[in-house]
Amino acid sequence: MDRRTPLYQVQKNLGAKFTSFGGWELPVSYTDIISEHHLVRTKAGLFDVSHMGEIKITGKDAVKAVNRLITNDLEPVPVGKILYSPMCYENGTVVDDILIYKFSDEELLLVVNAGNTQKDDEWIRSQITGDVMVENLSDNYVQLALQGPEAENIIKGILDEDTELPQFYRFTETSLLGMNVLLSRTGYTGEDGFEIYLRFSDHGADPERLWNGILEAGKDNGIAPAGLGARDTLRLEAALPLYGHELSEDITPLEAGLKAFVKINKDDYIGKAALARQFEHGLKRKLYGFEMMDRGIPRSGYDILKDGEKIGYVTSGGILPTLNKNGGLALINNLDLQVGETIEIVIRERLCKAVVVQLPFYKKKYKR
Amino acid sequence: MEIREGLYYSKDHEWVRVEGNRAYVGITDYAQNSLGNIVYVELPTEGKELSKGDVLGVVESVKAASDIFSPISGTVVEVNHALADNPELINESPYENYIAVLSFGNTDELNELLSPAQYKELTKGE
Repeated sequence: MDRRTPLYQVQKNLGAKFTSFGGWELPVSYTDIISEHHLVRTKAGLFDVSHMGEIKITGKDAVKAVNRLITNDLEPVPVGKILYSPMCYENGTVVDDILIYKFSDEELLLVVNAGNTQKDDEWIRSQITGDVMVENLSDNYVQLALQGPEAENIIKGILDEDTELPQFYRFTETSLLGMNVLLSRTGYTGEDGFEIYLRFSDHGADPERLWNGILEAGKDNGIAPAGLGARDTLRLEAALPLYGHELSEDITPLEAGLKAFVKINKDDYIGKAALARQFEHGLKRKLYGFEMMDRGIPRSGYDILKDGEKIGYVTSGGILPTLNKNGGLALINNLDLQVGETIEIVIRERLCKAVVVQLPFYKKKYKR
Repeated sequence: MEIREGLYYSKDHEWVRVEGNRAYVGITDYAQNSLGNIVYVELPTEGKELSKGDVLGVVESVKAASDIFSPISGTVVEVNHALADNPELINESPYENYIAVLSFGNTDELNELLSPAQYKELTKGE
């Protein structure tokens, strides 16, 4: 039985259709996926992302201990900033890709993928060393994502104090509609936007009032609720990786094109040796973007051919609503494919032509 | 959700409209609504012979591809080419936008399909 977020009933009342994802029953759309997609690109959409997991690490060795588990470098990150990083196994494949909120050198909040929360919690507890405490706080948080060009205006209207809004990948603790929240300038759509964390145990915390209050405040800005369907098409256009597709226990972050988040010169961390080897000796496969030339929709798992030979597979595919095209991401065992080169996607035993394109499909509109 | 009178329905949410020995086949309002935005329709080739239960075509929503099963046996004599460029027509009016027309001879198979009332019962509470 899938779990439901505290906003299930209010979403059902809004006419949401639900789907199963990462052990949760979540709204896939409220009206239709394509309209919600365009709304986030042009105005604003409100997502319930309470399925995401939150793991708190505290103690005087927190930074050093977490740094040994991740491929990016947490040491130089200032307090108040967020770090994106893969967390790898010894062989360089990925346990999960996570966000790390640095509250202080002794207090970190790790935001992890819903379906990986328990696995991550166990992995972290089994691997972490030093003077630290690990707490899985996933049941304590409601998380909303307000995304789109109007997000900033909407947030400004419901801030209780004259707080300065956080810049890209920064966060602040503030109060919205009379509720204490953690507010960060993050998201998974390629648009400017915020993620809002509400802790149940906080005095006055009321998820439904927060959800309804944001929708009410954003009415004139054209806000509407958006579901998991649009979240997926939006992140695909922005070429943001999804665990289980572009990253997994079989794929390394270097193969997924995440070199910027893998520090080969950092002190020892789990997976470093394997990743350094891959870095030096070269990859065997890497991630490409492609757009369909022939009719047909590429889906994850479909084979990719070139000159009649299988060269890889689609990791994520579908429609790209902003471009009005079909396309996807693919892991391909050929490092020399050039933009403009033709490949073939096998769609129900039919070979459909596609062309390699520059990623991302949609240029991200972050405010830095 | 609309269930149109005068049509036959399958448990897999296809509808059949009979005109002489021609059977128009499409997907129901219930089906298009559960699929959401339809973004691609793979049509059968004309002249293809289908047995009941064979894959007649594929309808793709944003999230997934779904096979459409032929509710009766017959030969594809016509396909709805408009769906190639405008698959969303199925969302707009599912009962006007058939996928294909089959010429058929076995009228017994029609009796195995559901009446509007039976189909309503099937989709009740969904």
